Formats: sequence, structure tokens, C-alpha cells
Amino acid sequence: MTPYRIAIVGSGPAGLSAAAHAARLGLSHVLLEKTDHLSDTIFKYQKGKHVMATPSQLVLRSPLDFEAGKREMVLGTWNEQTAAAGVNVRIRAEVTAITGTGDPIPGSVMKLVKRKRDGTSETQDIQRLAPPYRLTLADGETILADTVILAIGTQGNPNLMACPGGDLPHVQYQLDDPSEYTDEHIFVIGGGDAGIENALGLAADPAQNNKVTLVNRSAEFAQAKDANVKALMAARDAGRISIMTQSTTRTIEQGWITLDTAEGEVRAPCDRVIARMGSAPPRSFVEQCGVEFASNDRLAFPKLSATFESTAPGIYVVGALAGYPLIKHCMNQGHDVVEFINGNLDLRPADEPILEAKFTGLPGARSVADWLEYLRSSVSILSGMSSLQMREFMLDSSVRLYRMGEVIFERNAPGSSLFGIAEGQVLVEVNPADPSVTVPIGAGSIFGEVGLISGRRRGATIRAGSDCILVEISRTAALKLMSQVPSAAREITRITTTRSLLQIFKSGLAAEDLAEVIAAATVETIRAGQAIIREGDTGDDIFIIRSGSMVVEKLIGGKPVFLNYVPAGSYVGEMGVISGGPRTATVRAAVKADVIRIPGEPFRALLASRPQLLDTLRAEMANRTAMNNFIESKKDSFSGVVDLYTGVANFLVEQGVGEATDVLLIDEKLCVGCDNCEKACADTHDGLSRLDREAGRTYAHLHVPTSCRHCEHPHCMADCPPNAIHRGPTGEVYIDETCIGCGNCQRNCPYGVIRMDKVPPKKPWLLGWFLFGSGPGPGEPPARWAKKHDPAYAEKAKKAIKCDMCAGQDGGPACVRACPTGAAIRVSPEQFLSVALMGREER
Amino acid sequence: MADADKTDGGRRAMTGKAVARAPRDIAHEGFLTHRGGRWAKIAAELCVAALAIYVMTDPTPRHNGGTWLGYTLGSIGAGLIIWLSLLGVRKRVIGSKPFSLKGWTSAHVWLGLSLIVIGTLHSGFQFGWNVHTLTWALMMIVILSGLWGVSLYATVPEKLSANRGEVTQAQMLEAIRTLDRQLGTAAQPLEADDAALVRMSLEETRIAGSPRQRLSGRYADDGNARALAAISERVMATMRAGRPDERLQQIRFLLERKEAALAQARRHIALKAQLELWLYIHVPVTVALLAALVAHILSVFLYW
Repeated sequence: MTPYRIAIVGSGPAGLSAAAHAARLGLSHVLLEKTDHLSDTIFKYQKGKHVMATPSQLVLRSPLDFEAGKREMVLGTWNEQTAAAGVNVRIRAEVTAITGTGDPIPGSVMKLVKRKRDGTSETQDIQRLAPPYRLTLADGETILADTVILAIGTQGNPNLMACPGGDLPHVQYQLDDPSEYTDEHIFVIGGGDAGIENALGLAADPAQNNKVTLVNRSAEFAQAKDANVKALMAARDAGRISIMTQSTTRTIEQGWITLDTAEGEVRAPCDRVIARMGSAPPRSFVEQCGVEFASNDRLAFPKLSATFESTAPGIYVVGALAGYPLIKHCMNQGHDVVEFINGNLDLRPADEPILEAKFTGLPGARSVADWLEYLRSSVSILSGMSSLQMREFMLDSSVRLYRMGEVIFERNAPGSSLFGIAEGQVLVEVNPADPSVTVPIGAGSIFGEVGLISGRRRGATIRAGSDCILVEISRTAALKLMSQVPSAAREITRITTTRSLLQIFKSGLAAEDLAEVIAAATVETIRAGQAIIREGDTGDDIFIIRSGSMVVEKLIGGKPVFLNYVPAGSYVGEMGVISGGPRTATVRAAVKADVIRIPGEPFRALLASRPQLLDTLRAEMANRTAMNNFIESKKDSFSGVVDLYTGVANFLVEQGVGEATDVLLIDEKLCVGCDNCEKACADTHDGLSRLDREAGRTYAHLHVPTSCRHCEHPHCMADCPPNAIHRGPTGEVYIDETCIGCGNCQRNCPYGVIRMDKVPPKKPWLLGWFLFGSGPGPGEPPARWAKKHDPAYAEKAKKAIKCDMCAGQDGGPACVRACPTGAAIRVSPEQFLSVALMGREER
Repeated sequence: MADADKTDGGRRAMTGKAVARAPRDIAHEGFLTHRGGRWAKIAAELCVAALAIYVMTDPTPRHNGGTWLGYTLGSIGAGLIIWLSLLGVRKRVIGSKPFSLKGWTSAHVWLGLSLIVIGTLHSGFQFGWNVHTLTWALMMIVILSGLWGVSLYATVPEKLSANRGEVTQAQMLEAIRTLDRQLGTAAQPLEADDAALVRMSLEETRIAGSPRQRLSGRYADDGNARALAAISERVMATMRAGRPDERLQQIRFLLERKEAALAQARRHIALKAQLELWLYIHVPVTVALLAALVAHILSVFLYW
């Protein structure tokens, strides 16, 4: 058997594009697809879904066409062009193993450490063998190929039913069209979003007459979105769905299912089983092929060269598996990797023009590759990156020349990006009152890390101390860097710890003074609700809150009373160091938080050598003691007021206000329900309101409506394929126009404040409505009106929309400005969760 | 921000340069006490000044709209009336201009109240059956209805909030629809005459009811209330006869829940209606006042 020149595994955008290009170049190739159709991930999109083609500035190099459009159109084009190009496709060909057939490659042994659930680990050595590779298919057949392109994406394989009967034909792992099934007893296994959505879909139309049962292993639906769980409970209450919790499947037979439940075994009639129990990521399969990953991080990607070649020679990795989730990137990589395999090593990547644009205007005529190498070697935290990583990293970052004296950012400006100094030095204005007092940071180092770690505002103004070249690293790029390059993560942690200490304690401290303190300091992650200091305990550790926030409570009259809210960037526990004695209050995390714990001993030594610092701490301690006393005195005379104050504070913390930077609150003692806030929101934002006044929780007439809180570390940013969510220059978290409408952010937001919708047409002049009743009037126009007045409306793609804090509008958020009674306010939690709150309760 | 900052293909420029956040009002105070009661003070000062001048001057033959003070007060009054009536426009045009509707409302209330003094002093207490007194009377109606509105705004929101708890209006209506569905299902096995009672609840219940019901708050003759009364009667009868009927008890339970859901929704609607009811006097009379004001001014100048 002559080996193929190229075997391509996976027929998504990357694999398909690679195969088509190989066919065009006349290379012998085979495209292996696990399912019975091409491009399974896009195939699984719901019918009629609009597929976006971002980033728009990227040139498409693939032999296949691709532009934004309906799923059917995209798939149709690809199917046609794949056939026309003469691609050698094999469907239903799942690859289960890839091994070399040549001699062992000397020195190329991969150590694979497997961690088991019980905490032990086991090391497996994989000796890499030289190509050609043998690909074993699920049906036992083998294929030989000189090179392999892995383009299998990140979807992985669904977890299978392990019980007897799990392989019967009526057990399925996907539901394409819920309206297909009628008059059946259907069991949906798995209480995640996929399972719940499938169950609801099957039970949606009573005319289908399906008996749908959802089986969940645990008692709660912790994995699923709140809205889905509510819809499920409503369906159960309406008698449309049965739910079995704390149940697992024992056996499946034709027509029957047997379950283990909390009350014992249950056998029930069953015509169909839909198992939605999540999927296993493809990592272990990829590792078994000899491909090494960058780190043990769950989100890590394989180590790749600039030509996408993995640590196994001849095995290339492209597409989502290589860390590129966008279709256009994938298709370009499919093209490029075949060019590389075909010997065209001079091919310049498609993103070259984008990078070139980033480097124009900088002094020194360097090529893109030289610039990347220059930055990598001059900024310490970038040194551990490969050239491919550098390229991708630079796409999310920018480089700029700052002239001497130019301000890079100002104190109190919001910002979450990190700066690396490639050349020159910057000056930190450590004393806000006197800009001439500065501390220099030199080439190779970084700054701006506080904003990155805590999401809070900049702590000091920084200006260029000489002409300097700075790399500005966006938060996403910085996080990716930290997860891919462990040395960078360590370096950033060390610098942040030192700097946050310097910044918090000021008092003319220098980095050298802190050496001992830093050496003893540890970074700890604290669960929401966990206490770091307990009232009455002895202890003299001091804690610096790096991210998240804390609440301080004290037992007064046997009840915990809320004393204070402490945001990131502050410290607690100083009383123990200064005055000794047991702790006077309990400090617990309002949300998941990172703290730096500094043992009392080295800190006391520092205090002894720096009396100024002691004064600073004493002053702060006096403030806190005064407030504690104030609240205690109130407790004697107005016990009800203090209880209510504690109640309101705890309620707000429960509502996630602890991770907010700016939150909309409505005083329902003042709110007349006019919805002018929603109307104002819609009228200032493309006709779509980003807030739901009525929805949300209420405590003691204080209402937290469904509206963005601009979290310190926004959940919505966590998984945005086009990286379209940013924190703006004034602190707002906003979505830009590169949104592809995937809905990830909406699913990730725990507060349900993101909606997917399409922009309605412009409304006629308001005066026309006022005088003649033309148009829909103020506020969000009804969809019916939009459909009538914009022929393209029905076809428009839905995009994610959310509050942008009315950035750029004078006077602040429109919802607050438009409130006629003053019921609505938008504040940061530390502004609101203060003693002033008690004034409200006394009224 | 220069265009040079707009790299990244038109994304909003992300740069380290600080951009100050627009200053905003974060004070937690209602419209009456806006900015520490600034407008209340201004209105009070206006009234005191007008009163003082009125008392200290002694024009011949007497105080009326034709003296210099009368003209001044009249001009202030007319200007205020026109400006106050523009609140209706202001609240609907949000735009990006920095204004606070709360500030406008505050000024509207306090300056509106000062019109009682200014308008009355302008008249010099000369009342009669003419367009001038009509204008004054309309103004007073507008102001008094406004006062009523302020008192409602001070008391009703708390009740509205307490009644709805954390339930939205849409959820209240959905709860009633859900109960209707459950009633429909539960009524399937019933005898025809019992089923007819359930149908009465399903078909003859009006959530908001007639205007008479809405005002009185009495819904005893509504479909659900009648059905509940009749079904309860039957449940009691079967109990007395020693043959308790579970299906009927289930229906009674659902009807009771529906009655409670209806009561909550109706209170919600009634309270929201109260918050708007006064506007049905305030706004139309304002329009009439503006017309009368034009007639008043024209007639003064025409029949000089």
C-alpha cells in the first residue's frame, strides 16, 4: 500500500479547506470524517442559523468560498465545491489511533502524566516513531500517510451510556428536530442545558403526544442555566414533562428502561433514549498521537511550530484544536498548512497585513517577523512564547511609541490591559498630590497589572520617562499568555504582589524593603462565603484583596451585623498586627476572591523599620474603629435600623453585587413603574432596551433589576469567539460590532442581562408621534412594527446586546437621567454599601 | 480621540490614555429633596419676595394685573406655566444631552406650587365671572391635581412594591393562564353541570374587570368568584352527605388559587391606575389652561 501524501482528519472548515487545496495542488490525500456528512459542527447548528464571517479585515485564502449567510447556504457551497474539487472524502471513518510506522525517533519520548480522581498519578512514556503514520479507523481498517493534519475541533465525542443496552439503536446522542417524534415515551438523560432544551423541545407541542421524562443524576440542576431550569419546572408543573432526579440508568431494553432512583428501582416503558451527558474533550486522543500540549491547563492548546507542526514530526494541528475558533482563520490555516507540507515555507500568513499595520509608524525599519522576535526577546514575560503564539498574541495586542512625558494612563482611569516595556522607561506618579514624585520602571518589565488582576481602576498615573516602545496587552491576551506560559504567570504574580503592597502602603516604601515580606507572602483563592478572619480568633496575618471583594461582620447582640464592604485593592487584618489581641470582626468573601496572605512576623519587622507606614496603618485603623463604634452605638438605640441595614447589605452581596463595579438599583419606595428608564435605554441604544426594570430580586423595597453590573471579571468575556467583549476606557463592559451572535455571553452571564436581538429600523421623528401619532413613540418599538417598516428585518441576524453604561454620553446613564422620581441610581458597590445606607433605612 | 486611535478595524480604540467618565448624579434622594431641596428653596424665596413686595407697595387704585408688579408677576407666571407644561416633552426626549429628569420633576413640583402665590398675587384678589378668573381657576385645578399626584407618588410605590414582591406583571398574568390550563385539565372528568361552573371561571373572568369594578375593587359578581362560591357549596354538600369528592376539592383548590392570583393582579392594576389617574385631570386641564392663558393675555391687550 503506498501511503497517502496527506491524511486529513476532520472535515470542518479547516480540514475541508486543507483537503480542497491538496486536491487543487494534485497531492495524494484522503479526508476522513467521523459522521456521515461534512463539517459536523456547523451541520449541528439549528436550521437557518446565520453564520458570521469575522474578522472582516482578514483575507480568505481557501479554495472554498465562504461568506456570512444561512447555515444551509454555507454547507451547500462547501458540499458542491468539495465535490467539484475532486476531494477524496471518506465518511463514517472515525480515527481511533495514529502511530508512526518508521524507526523510533531518538530522544523523542513524550511523558504523559495522567491524574486520577483519587489523587494519584501515573506516567506513561510514548516513544515517537518516524512517519509514515498508520491511522486506525473504528472499523479496524488502517490507512497509511506521510503527513497527518489533525483538524478535529474541540467538540470531542459525546459521553456514552455505559449501562447494558446503551448500544441499542433507539439510544441517541443528539436531537436534530424535536418535531420528528410523536406518541413516544422518551427519556432524556442529563440535566444540563442540552438535556433540558431537548426535553422542552420534545414536550413543546402537546399535539405530538410525547411522554417526556428527564433523568438527572443529582438532586439539583446546577449545570444548567437558570432560565432553562425555570422553564423546566414550569413544564413539570403544567404536567408536560416528568422529572426524575437522583436517578441513574441501570439497563435499557427494547421498549423499556430501568432506573435506579432514591426510592429504589423503577422500570418504565421507553421508546427512545436521548443521552445528553456532556462530551469528552479530544485531548487524550491527541496526546496519544504524540502531540504535546502547552500546559496541564484544561484550556491549553497543543505546542506548535510556525508551520502548525506539532511535537510529533509530520503531524500538523489546525483549526479550533490549535486555538483558532473562527471559521475564517480555520479555512486559511487549512490552505496554509498544505502549502507548508508542499514545501512552500516562505508563505506569509494571512494575518501578515494586520500585523504590518500594527507595526507601521514605529521607529526602526523591521519586518513583521523581526518585530515579533524583538518584542519577544525584550519583554521578559513574552520570552517563553513560540513564534506562532507570538503572532496570535500580537493580533490581540498593540504596540505604540510614546514620546517622553506623554501620559500613558491616568490614576483612577478604568482599564484592564497590561503594558510591557520593550524600550525606554516609564515613570509612575506615586503621589497623586505631587506629580513630580515618581518611581521609574525600566525596559523589559511590565505595568498596569493591577487593572488586569482586579479589574479595578488604575492606581497611579504613568507617563513615559523617555521615548519608549510599549506593548499594550489586552486582558484576554494576557490571560491566554498566563495560561500558556507558566513562567509568565509566575513573573506576573510576583510583580503584582510587590506592586500592590507598594501601592496600598505607600509611605515611601521601595521594592527592596518588601523582599522579606514578599518571600513569606502566599496567594490564596477564597470561595464565596468563606471567612479569612474570624471574630475572636487569634492571628496576626494581614490580607490584601487582589480580586473579588470581602464583607466585614461583627456579632452584636448575638446577631452578625454588617460593618463594611471591602473591594479589591484594600487590606484587612491590620489591627491584629498593630494592637495584637483577638480579631474584632469576621471577614468573609462576598464572591470568589484572590487574597495575598502576609504573615504578621515579617510585617511587624517592616513596621518597626518604617514608622511612617505604622502611622498610615494606625490612621486607617482609627477610621475603621470609629465606624464600628458608630454602628454599635446605633445598634443600642435603633436596633431595627441596623438589622435592616445588615439585611440590605447581605441581600445585595447575595445578588452578586460583590463582583460588580457599577450596579443599577431601584428604590421601590420611589419607583412609580413608568418604565421611563427602559424607554430611555432603548432610545439611546439603537431602539433596544438593555434593562428589565420589573424583573430581578427585591429586599426591603430595594430592587436589583436585570441590568449589567459590569463585573470586575466579566463572565460574558470568558468565551467570546471573536473576542468582541471589552472593558471600555470608562469602565464599561461592552460588545463591539464584531459580535457573531453565537450567544455564549448570554449563556455565561449569571445575571441574565444579555439579550440576543436584532436592531429595529429607525423610528420617525418623535414630534410626529407627539402631534399625529405616527410611529411607535418613545421606547422600544414592537417587533411587529419593525417587521413592517424594514423588509430586511426578518432576515437580520440576532446579536448580543447589553448595557454599555452609556459611555460617551454626557450626564451618565440614560436610565438614571430619565427617572422622574430619583428611584433609579447607578453606583459602585463601595459607594452604596456604606454607612450612608443606614440613612436610607432611618427615613 | 483622534482617528489614529481607531485601529483594530474600527473597534472602539482601546488605549491606555485615560478618558474621564462623564460626571453623574449618584445621590440617593427622591425628587422632592433633589440636591438638598434646591428647588424648594428657590420656590420659597420667589414666593417670599413676591409677597414682601406685594405688601410693601401700595399702588392706586389697588393691586391688580395692570400694575408694574402685576405685569412682572404675570410674565413670570405665564413663563412658568409654559415651561412647566414642557415637562411632558422633556421626559420623552432622552438624547445625549446631560439633563436629569429628576431635577426637572423637582423644579416642576416646587415652582408649580409657587404659582399659587404668584398667580394669586398677580390677580390682586380680583375674581369675577370672566376669562381671567377662569384662567386662575384652571391653574389652581392643575396645581391641586398635581399635589394629589405628589401625594400618590409618595405613598403608592411602596404599596405597589409590597404587593408585587418579586413578581412581574407578565408573570402575574402568566400565573393566571397556567391556573386556567390546570383548571381545564382538572375539569375533564367532571359532570356537565360542574364543568359548566369551571367554564364560568374560564370564560367569564375579566382580570381588570369593568371600570365600575376597578374603581370599587369589588369583584364578587365576577366569573371566578361565582364559580368558587358555587363549587365550595357543592364541596360542602358532598362532605355533609359523607361522600367527599376529591375532584371537586381539587377544583376548589385551583379556583381559590386563581382568586388569590386575580386579587394580586387586580391590586397591581389598581395601584398602577392610581399612579396615572391624576394625570387624566392634570394633563387635559393643563391644555385648557394654556388655551385660557392665551385668551386671557389676548383679551387684556385687545381690550386695554
